[in-house]
Amino acid sequence: MSTTATTTSPAPRADRVDVPLPGTQRVWGMIAEFDTPADIMEAAKKVRAEGFRFWDCHTPFPVHGLDKAMGVKRTILPVLVFGAGFTGLLAGLGLQIFTNSLSLKIWAMVWVTGYPFLISGKPLLSIPAFIPVVFEVTVLLSALSAVGLMLLMNGLPRLYHPLFTSKRFLRATDDRFFISIEARDPRFVRSRTEAFLRSLGAKSIEVIED
Amino acid sequence: MQTTSSTRGFVDRDNTAETPGERASLVLGMHRFGEITHQVCRVSENPPPMAWYVAFAVSIGLVGLLGVAVTYLVFTGVGVWGLNNPVMWAFDITNFVFWVGIGHAGTLISAILFLFRQKWRTGINRFAEAMTIFAVICAGLFPGIHVGRVWFAYWLFPIPNQMEMWPQFRSPLLWDVFAVSTYFTVSLVFWYVGLIPDLATMRDRATGKVQQIAYGFFSLGWRGSMRHWHRYEVAYLLLAALATPLVLSVHSVVSFDFAVSQLPGWHTTIFPPYFVAGAIFSGFAMVVTLAVPARELFGLKDLITLRHLDNMNKIILVTGCMVGYAYSMEFFIAWYSGAMYEKFAFVNRAFGQYWWAYWIMVSCNVITPQLFWFKRIRTSIPIMFVLSLFVNVGMWFERFVIIVTSLANDFLPTSWHDFVPTWVDIATMFGAFGLFGTLFLLFCRYLPMIAIAEVKATMPEADPHHGHAHEGAHAGSHDHSHGHGMGAAGLRPAFRDPEAPTH
Repeated sequence: MSTTATTTSPAPRADRVDVPLPGTQRVWGMIAEFDTPADIMEAAKKVRAEGFRFWDCHTPFPVHGLDKAMGVKRTILPVLVFGAGFTGLLAGLGLQIFTNSLSLKIWAMVWVTGYPFLISGKPLLSIPAFIPVVFEVTVLLSALSAVGLMLLMNGLPRLYHPLFTSKRFLRATDDRFFISIEARDPRFVRSRTEAFLRSLGAKSIEVIED
Repeated sequence: MQTTSSTRGFVDRDNTAETPGERASLVLGMHRFGEITHQVCRVSENPPPMAWYVAFAVSIGLVGLLGVAVTYLVFTGVGVWGLNNPVMWAFDITNFVFWVGIGHAGTLISAILFLFRQKWRTGINRFAEAMTIFAVICAGLFPGIHVGRVWFAYWLFPIPNQMEMWPQFRSPLLWDVFAVSTYFTVSLVFWYVGLIPDLATMRDRATGKVQQIAYGFFSLGWRGSMRHWHRYEVAYLLLAALATPLVLSVHSVVSFDFAVSQLPGWHTTIFPPYFVAGAIFSGFAMVVTLAVPARELFGLKDLITLRHLDNMNKIILVTGCMVGYAYSMEFFIAWYSGAMYEKFAFVNRAFGQYWWAYWIMVSCNVITPQLFWFKRIRTSIPIMFVLSLFVNVGMWFERFVIIVTSLANDFLPTSWHDFVPTWVDIATMFGAFGLFGTLFLLFCRYLPMIAIAEVKATMPEADPHHGHAHEGAHAGSHDHSHGHGMGAAGLRPAFRDPEAPTH
């Protein structure tokens, strides 16, 4: 059943391939292909149990529960976004109090002075009238930081990746499920890792060169 | 009913029946993930149908008209519009409020329905969000040009300047600047985040060099990593949670432009919820207006099913009832308040010189949505299309009625003045529709119209504990020796599908 297509490097002399030999291409890692979410779930549990550290699953959509099965720690993103939102709250409030309630002179790239606007007899420090803008700035900063930090923590944008050299891997965004194990993992031994992946019921296994 | 692959997606199949204990399927006749990819991507990969070119030509023509009207306005002044004293806001702000309202459905679908775990949203959220962004672009055009001297538009923002002048933050007009620009930015970011995995799908399928580079660049190197998905899902949830109060706040702030003033007919506390309900009402009507031809032309009937349209029509019915309630409550309060000016403003709306606009509004917004009580009508494509157009027209007139009738006849009869639109007013209004249409047609042509990854994730096959009841449907699946999901087939509600094998 498993059609194993192993793209081998020109000189498969060494088992430990994380140290490139002269004249050989550096091996980045190995990918194994699976058919269904259930298959990759089972396989991921075993890869984790085997003690690999630098490995990942690649799926066309987030498979429910797979991150837990892989042992991915819950991200700290919400805490950071809260911080950004709180910064936005203070910034929004500070901006309005400075520009409309005080006559302070501060340096913000240029010297600027606030202007105490007296509008329809409202107090100079009219917090209720400032709430809409405070809310908007809070949401704006939280949303931008949620996306920006998510991309940053994911190491994106990264337009080139060794995985993109694989024709087979094109289907990772379509209908196939892949496990990748990197050569820099201390437990990565090419022949043994390949045998291990095959034992998980992978449909195909491919070596990825950097 | 058997459908061949060539007619797939072009034939309507009824999936609106409710059976207790069963969950209706959201994707018809497809059990493999690759089929979804193909159905959605083929729209951009194949040349578009003739109708697309016709619609695009018309839209571009209208954009040209918009360009002429706006250029003439900028070079001459706002006097080219039919504005006068006291009607200093008319078509410009009517169009602004109309387009912001249209823009509410997209983020409501993507944020609020996401938090409520309404999985049917996945079929329609992508293009509803696109619609939101394009509608807010059209909306932003109007305040931009109605300031007259557009080169002073930067006065709207707190930018240090040589006059040492700041915007006045206690004005609702300034809140509006912040609300609409925040809404636009957050909607755009939300939409783009959803697009990243699907752009990667397009990249991986692309055969042309240009497409590979373009989709590759905008997909940021997404490779479906589960570690990435984990943070992605958290970020998406956070965005939904942030966008939910934002959706409700935007039209509330827009309504403050009116409610905070002293003008009879504007100065009412009901405005924020009334505007939000109206915005959702008109937004969903626009989604139906766009979805009906789009699924027809591009063969997406198995992904945007009758059930999706039925659900949207139910939302139109609910929000239509809210809008009708608001109209009657406004009238009641005008009488109950005992305020002479308020009473006059409302009687004048219904029976004054703009009576026709008022009754167009009532018949389109109160009467037509009531037809959606009948399932026959909710699931009839031609009828819902016509009704959604009525709602669009009615909601445009609602804003016209609120703005123009209140301004034209305020406190002092000697200062009353009627508003009559000029050709520039009308050209700008239709031109904005052209701009909206152009952007939407380009979106249909080049971007995945349906959230591919999200739709896949809602399929029963996407569940790692999915029972093997659909064994026969998994073409090429042969290795299910993991003993996984045993017994699940009996416990899990079956997904009903006209083509599903009986089990």
